[in-house]
Amino acid sequence: MSETKPKVASIGDKVDLEAEFKASNIQEVLDKLDRELVGLVPVKTRIREIAALLLVDRLRKTFELTSDTPTLHMNFTGNPGTGKTTVAMRMGEILKRLGYVREGHLVTVTRDDLVGQYIGHTAPKTKEVIKKAMGGVLFIDEAYYLYKPENERDYGAESIEILLQVMENNRDDLVVVLAGYKDKMDRFFQSNPGMRSRIAHHIDFPDYSPEELLAIAKLMLAQQNYHFSKEGEKAFADYIPLRMKLPHFANARSIRNALDRARLRQANRLFAKRSGKLSKEDLMTLEAEDILVSRVFQEGKLDLDGDEGADGANT
Amino acid sequence: MMTNPGNRLTQGQFSFLPDLTDAQITAQIKYALNKGWAVSVEYTDDPHPRNTYWEMFGNPMFDLKDPAGILMEINNCRKTFPSHYIRVTAFDSTRGVESPRMSYLVNRPKKEPGFGLSRQEVDGRCIRYTVHSYATDKPENERY
Repeated sequence: MSETKPKVASIGDKVDLEAEFKASNIQEVLDKLDRELVGLVPVKTRIREIAALLLVDRLRKTFELTSDTPTLHMNFTGNPGTGKTTVAMRMGEILKRLGYVREGHLVTVTRDDLVGQYIGHTAPKTKEVIKKAMGGVLFIDEAYYLYKPENERDYGAESIEILLQVMENNRDDLVVVLAGYKDKMDRFFQSNPGMRSRIAHHIDFPDYSPEELLAIAKLMLAQQNYHFSKEGEKAFADYIPLRMKLPHFANARSIRNALDRARLRQANRLFAKRSGKLSKEDLMTLEAEDILVSRVFQEGKLDLDGDEGADGANT
Repeated sequence: MMTNPGNRLTQGQFSFLPDLTDAQITAQIKYALNKGWAVSVEYTDDPHPRNTYWEMFGNPMFDLKDPAGILMEINNCRKTFPSHYIRVTAFDSTRGVESPRMSYLVNRPKKEPGFGLSRQEVDGRCIRYTVHSYATDKPENERY
């Protein structure tokens, strides 16, 4: 944590940034972020900066140094499967610890939840979603779908207008996080300059390196009480660069799908043998053969059972 | 009413107290939300005590976590109906209860003419009493 900036004016008594920092328990959240999210350096840096700002702001308040509440509306861009939704989820918790939002819950919506189907349907629908998100974080996934320039009678624009108004007037009540693919979001902001200027933080999620993906795979397995055998890990390390070259690679999501298939094969392998008793270790271990049978190795093609995700919806 | 010299309508919770501030309203809404009740905003210009069904201002708000959204709705309603009675109702949908748990006024007209007592002579020198809101002598929307 690099936020030992003693910005607080010391008229007479001094405040203890360290004590305030400890009291907020923010380190715990940041540690958790470090532990559970592999890579994503720019994202973590930005979150640290925001945390530092809010903490310093709070100290400033003790000296009654007034400043506007900072706008924390964010825009996450990045390729599929780079952890935009996961980070948004954490954002709520972090902001709550820092006392910026009151409840810290996350309301995830897409175009369907905001835009109505007939005249006069959009405004109440959008407002209802906004009311639900108040006190927490409103996460608008695939936000660029809100604006459809090819259809001038589209109701998305109305929804954007209401959002803009709320983002300006109810800054203390909710934080809006938009997410989407980089190029599409850029186009979205070009046609909605008001939206761009109201969002203070534009964070780009980088793609993962093969090593990071392997670390992610291990984390995912650990969460489900699985692990690789030594050979299994090596096979999976070989699998990742091969998979990355194929189309529709969706970073962590592709990894999750690959692991799901490996689990399927492991179950099948255990079932096929059916000889003797299985130990707990057997049930937990993914062997090399569970991974090597993938079509990615055999034919250099995608596995048949839907390894898409690049253009599918987030889950 | 003579027993109510300030001529203030006393219906629902807190109605004998001075009007609630927004902070107090927020705290009360927070209490209701913590209990899992659905809060709604209603308005009327006919404050007869037996007029239980007031106009709804928007739908009841389910699944809210924070009072800010409801306060926004209350302020919208105040803007639309500045001189109506507006109340906030918290509905408890628990099976077996299924009725409002809280209800309190958040807006009232500046001038409240109050109620008159009217008497009706019936058979055998009997007298029936009823109250009648002076405001309702005028047509709707012109009452306050």
